[in-house]
Amino acid sequence: MSWEIREGLKYTRTHEWVCFEGELVTVGITDYAQDMLKDVVYVELPEVGQEAQAGESLAVVESVKAVSDLYAPVDGEVLEVNELLLDQPELLNEDPYGEAWVVKIKIAPGYKNPGLLEKDGYAALVKEEAAK
Amino acid sequence: MVELQRTPLYQKHLALKGDLVEYGGWLMPVQYEGIITEVRQTRRKAGLFDTSHMGEFLVEGPGAAEFLQEILTNDLSNLDDGRVIYSPACYPHGGTVDDLLIYFYHAEKYLLVVNAANTAKDYAWFSEKLRPGVSLSDLSAEMALIAIQGPNSLAALLALTRAPLEQLPYYHFIPEVELAGIKCLVSRTGYTGEDGFEIFCDPDSAVQLWDELQEVGQVRALGLTPAGLGARDVLRLEASLPLYGHELSEEITPLEAGLSRFVSFKKGAFTGREALLQQREEGLTRQLAGLILLDRGVLREGYPVFDGETKIGEVSSGTYSPTLNQSIGMAFILPGKTVPGTRVEVVIRGKTHRAQIVKTPFYRREKR
Repeated sequence: MSWEIREGLKYTRTHEWVCFEGELVTVGITDYAQDMLKDVVYVELPEVGQEAQAGESLAVVESVKAVSDLYAPVDGEVLEVNELLLDQPELLNEDPYGEAWVVKIKIAPGYKNPGLLEKDGYAALVKEEAAK
Repeated sequence: MVELQRTPLYQKHLALKGDLVEYGGWLMPVQYEGIITEVRQTRRKAGLFDTSHMGEFLVEGPGAAEFLQEILTNDLSNLDDGRVIYSPACYPHGGTVDDLLIYFYHAEKYLLVVNAANTAKDYAWFSEKLRPGVSLSDLSAEMALIAIQGPNSLAALLALTRAPLEQLPYYHFIPEVELAGIKCLVSRTGYTGEDGFEIFCDPDSAVQLWDELQEVGQVRALGLTPAGLGARDVLRLEASLPLYGHELSEEITPLEAGLSRFVSFKKGAFTGREALLQQREEGLTRQLAGLILLDRGVLREGYPVFDGETKIGEVSSGTYSPTLNQSIGMAFILPGKTVPGTRVEVVIRGKTHRAQIVKTPFYRREKR
């Protein structure tokens, strides 16, 4: 089996993708994450203006069977949430790297890039987890 | 760690790329293509389920009828040959040992089908109650069980047999049917709210039977889809069928679970009768009710249910229903608050969500 892992993005060990644009990051769940969940039926989004703490739950993604957290990849403040997902949670299955981005976070001043994975590192992690 | 048990269809699930999970001591497929697809296919066409994890006991002998009348709450007298009947079994304190199906061959021979996770416990409990003239044997390892559920189930089976299955009434069985040349026991039963059948066969024939069913489904364009435990759970919840461990347990009586029609006080003595009678006379302190979520979200087991500031109950099972396109659940609620239409609140991760008590079942198939 293979899952799309995009060039130019960073990844967390908890299967979020992170796109850096200056002081701003856009966060979503990876293709592997959506395939493991299957059938996303509900997304609980944070409030705009809410504080984000790296490694802490920021949103909740629910499939028919499972409830799973989306963890903030950086410290900062929630700038925007993707309200499209409230009515169309299935977008997370259909277009996880595109239309189904989840939150945009303004990185806290002075916050240093934590141990996010590059494409190859994340590919290795997925390979390892899929083999379990 | 205890080694998880595998059904005879384990390799089949791997080949079908099923997601395997632990369930009741077994390694079982929770989904293949996805729960929503599997639920929809079962409702519209047909779903194929491996339920070989279920336990089977044979009860035989001149004392069998009396023995079962004592350990079960439902009344087994006056059954026609070939009848299947549902019954809880209770402890003396009224809590539920298990809920099971009883296949009535004749007054001295019965097949019991019990929940996988309860098989060992049930066997021990029933053995304790054994009396002279009754034998109890655990056939679980000698039987595979495949369920085919949904409107096209009958057509699939008729393509594999000359037995007049179209004449088999709901909740009846035929002890010996040849399906594609394989000797099976077939009952018109299920756990989905659809028309359908449950097929018992020798474990060595299970893969062949599964393949024959899949093939006939394909050749005749019946839309027969393998479906996992995830779909099974959604389907049973849409049909408001109880699941042991959620709506029934050692602490929950059948009366609280709304199963009083399967408790016969008229039939005479049975284990748990006094406790259940007392509960009926004193009144229930909680009652199972159907719940729909009006706000966005998904009901899940354990979520508290409120009426304003007062906690009035707890969700026992919840899911997203693909058939109703909204979240549904069952909850144990204070009596008096269970009238359909009653507005309540459910607290999910600290946030209040609006919900409403509704009539069950959530889904009832159209009779054709």
